[in-house]
Amino acid sequence: MTDEAIKTHPELSETFNQDEARVDWHDETLWWIRQKRDKSAHSIPEWEMLRETASQIKNNVLSDLGKYLVSFEEKALANGIIVHWAADAAEHNRIVHDILQKNGIGQMVKSKSMLTEECHLNEYLEQHGIDVIDSDLGERIVQLAKEPPSHIVLPCIHKKKEEIGELFYRHLGVPEGTSDPQILTEAARQHLRETFLTRKAALTGVNFAIAETGEFVVCTNEGNADMGAHLADVHIASMGMEKIIPERKHLGVFLRLLTRSATGQPITTYSSHFKKPRPGQEMHIIIVDNGRTIQMGRADFRASLKCIRCGACMNTCPVYRRSGGHSYHNAISGPIGAILAPNLDMKKYADLPFASTLCGSCSNVCPVKIDIHQQLYKWRQVIVKEGYADTSKKIGMQLMTFTLSSPVIYRTAGKAGRWFLKHVPFAVNNKFNPWYKHRDMPEAPEESFGEWYKRNVKQK
Amino acid sequence: MSRDKILAALQQNQPELSALPSIPVFERDQELSLTEKFKAMAEGIGSKVYLVSSLQEVQEQMNVDFADEKRIVSTVASLVSAEIPAFELNADPHSYADVDVAIFEPLLAIAENSAVWITEDRMGVRALPFITQHIVMLVNSHILVPDMHAAYERIGRTDYGFGSFIAGPSKTADIEQSLVLGAHGPRSMTVFLINEV
Amino acid sequence: MKVGLFIPCYVDQFYPNAGIATYQLLVKLGVDVTYPSGQTCCGQPMANSGFEHLTKDCNQLFVDNFAEFDYIVSPSGSCVLHIKDHLHTDKDEQKALVVRTKVYELVEFLVDILKVENLQSSFPHKVGLHQSCHGQRGLFLTQMTELVAPYFSKPQQLLSQVKGLELIELSRTDECCGFGGTFCVVEEAVSSKMGKDRVKDHLDHGAEYITGADMSCLMHMEGILKRENSKVKVLHIAEILNAE
Repeated sequence: MTDEAIKTHPELSETFNQDEARVDWHDETLWWIRQKRDKSAHSIPEWEMLRETASQIKNNVLSDLGKYLVSFEEKALANGIIVHWAADAAEHNRIVHDILQKNGIGQMVKSKSMLTEECHLNEYLEQHGIDVIDSDLGERIVQLAKEPPSHIVLPCIHKKKEEIGELFYRHLGVPEGTSDPQILTEAARQHLRETFLTRKAALTGVNFAIAETGEFVVCTNEGNADMGAHLADVHIASMGMEKIIPERKHLGVFLRLLTRSATGQPITTYSSHFKKPRPGQEMHIIIVDNGRTIQMGRADFRASLKCIRCGACMNTCPVYRRSGGHSYHNAISGPIGAILAPNLDMKKYADLPFASTLCGSCSNVCPVKIDIHQQLYKWRQVIVKEGYADTSKKIGMQLMTFTLSSPVIYRTAGKAGRWFLKHVPFAVNNKFNPWYKHRDMPEAPEESFGEWYKRNVKQK
Repeated sequence: MSRDKILAALQQNQPELSALPSIPVFERDQELSLTEKFKAMAEGIGSKVYLVSSLQEVQEQMNVDFADEKRIVSTVASLVSAEIPAFELNADPHSYADVDVAIFEPLLAIAENSAVWITEDRMGVRALPFITQHIVMLVNSHILVPDMHAAYERIGRTDYGFGSFIAGPSKTADIEQSLVLGAHGPRSMTVFLINEV
Repeated sequence: MKVGLFIPCYVDQFYPNAGIATYQLLVKLGVDVTYPSGQTCCGQPMANSGFEHLTKDCNQLFVDNFAEFDYIVSPSGSCVLHIKDHLHTDKDEQKALVVRTKVYELVEFLVDILKVENLQSSFPHKVGLHQSCHGQRGLFLTQMTELVAPYFSKPQQLLSQVKGLELIELSRTDECCGFGGTFCVVEEAVSSKMGKDRVKDHLDHGAEYITGADMSCLMHMEGILKRENSKVKVLHIAEILNAE
């Protein structure tokens, strides 16, 4: 992270929109995934009941999370897993570093974990001389490009194959100009196989942790979490504390929903259940808070902790598709990122709840029925009240409210006298008005409806 | 200590207890052939499926499909031959890095998504189903179940060190959403669906 | 049945014809309809921008104007949704609650309350229907493509009664147009791009008119159509349902 001023979502999206063909491509690619999701969901007649069940299970988990975490810890310990607790990102990163140091390990392979993105683990470990290689293909690509992922499930969805070819030419030695995904993937396979075979430590994320049994489940399509974990002497799993589900059988509900929502596949290629370390292996799990207990205390926003990180809300979001993940300047982008981020830093992420039209599509695709768009609305109220709205906006709003709450001022007769025509954003015809940049103004009619009514309808 | 701090904060901030729902019993299409559904789903995600009625047929097909592969290992005792040697345990998973084909017999096969459930005791070593270039699954038709709920019903509370649902060859679509089979794990998955009479 | 006509501020000021058509249509259908002249705005533009706490006076004004009616009807899904979800007053919350339950968007009022099945209207044109999000996902005017549930569409039900009208298919039947209240200026780049894409879908499928139950979305799309010098026009659904 650099110290320079963080650009806001509107600024970053404006930049993204300078290349319209690329916006179209980005939009179409993600819309295609949304369509695959629809097709997959529609093949399950009980889909809505599944969502409702998943939602209720998660409600129960949130209402009893302390008990479930303790139960999970107890079972995991009995299974031979070492359990750590981290209050924040810094402690999480320290724990990982300590484990590596104790084992004298200087290199680690990592599979997809949005939590480690949230904690900026890679930067931390690099500063401490540990070499980390991301093994998910998309994550490896953005790592080589020195960029954060732009999507939680599809980390390099913003990149074109030619750009990836260029990266692989520079870093992995493929011939210049390669852009065939098949060839590029094969090159990554060879490069990462070498990595898997030589790393003594592997870090994975956690999709679900079972309170009843102390096991945790990691889902991938590539098999990279398994390749890493089963070949390494030390397996570290980082999990956000909300990943708990009560019983093993609940996986039936969540695994049916997760991948259908994410990519439209019926299930990921691998849904691996890690219960005990293999003989001779060390298995660690780090349970991370990092603001989650605070979010738990915000009644209006705690449901955001139900998220299972499928990314469906991003794929369906018309704003995300046309602004790209990086415009959210947060590890987790899109609608879910916009309701999670202000909890961590309300000032820095004050723009995100406003990066939405409140269309509500996100809440409809959410497999655990988080009321995402309602929370966006509620965050706006909180952010304004806490004083993070621009002053100019505040004055404008107060003026507008003043006028609109007073029929006399509002209703000054005649086209010329109508306050509205001079003050609403889509009515001011000059180049400084953002409305006018790509849209014409509505024509002001000679008389308002109120005036017409007065003239034409006999008053009762 | 962070543990106590976190648990205390949760105690403070958790909402009122919300009941744990039971999982509804979903109606299943009784007409549906599990074999056909499984086969269609498996082929849909890039697996190769053979419907066979004997191990001998498996043997013959293997000899055709994998004729050029050098290192083939079988964790299935009944499927060992001159061409297919039995699995030999080496505690170092790296020793399997050159395996071309590995054969397994999973415990369950799920029709709705064509995943098979296999636990550590049937993997040889944990790494094997992932490190092998090609994977072969022997699926006896009596292990077919309709969906994930039925699968977890069967799994129940059984103990295992590691278990995985595996559905098809490893894959990625990270580059412009172009599907490529053979990401880090097997490049292909072959399923022999054995219908024993 | 006494109906109070709620004409949103921007319809009043910019699109009086949508208001007039709504009024005339209701009268034609035998409804006793009155436009309370003290009304201004529902407060949505402020509330959606995070200034809900400033809307108290707007809310009180709304309650004062409309509490006496059996139904409140408005040609705007998004303003109606705002009233339904967020109208509260310190003075008389009971009254506000009653107002919240009897406010209807025009299309749902025609379909659910008046049960209109035989409109005497004619509009021999190719029309694209824009599903405004607040009407659709908030007021359930049309089934949403995200959900696994049987299809229905109240605006379509009404448009199918209009003689000569040909409803065109769209590639994306319920994608947001990007208006979004102050979003249209705060997030100008994305808002305009969303609008352009939505308009293009209608143009690609041969629309002569784009209609919908929310004038604000139509105003946004009209701005884009005009900028592109398109001959395609926007019309509020009331204007089509009232056309003879």
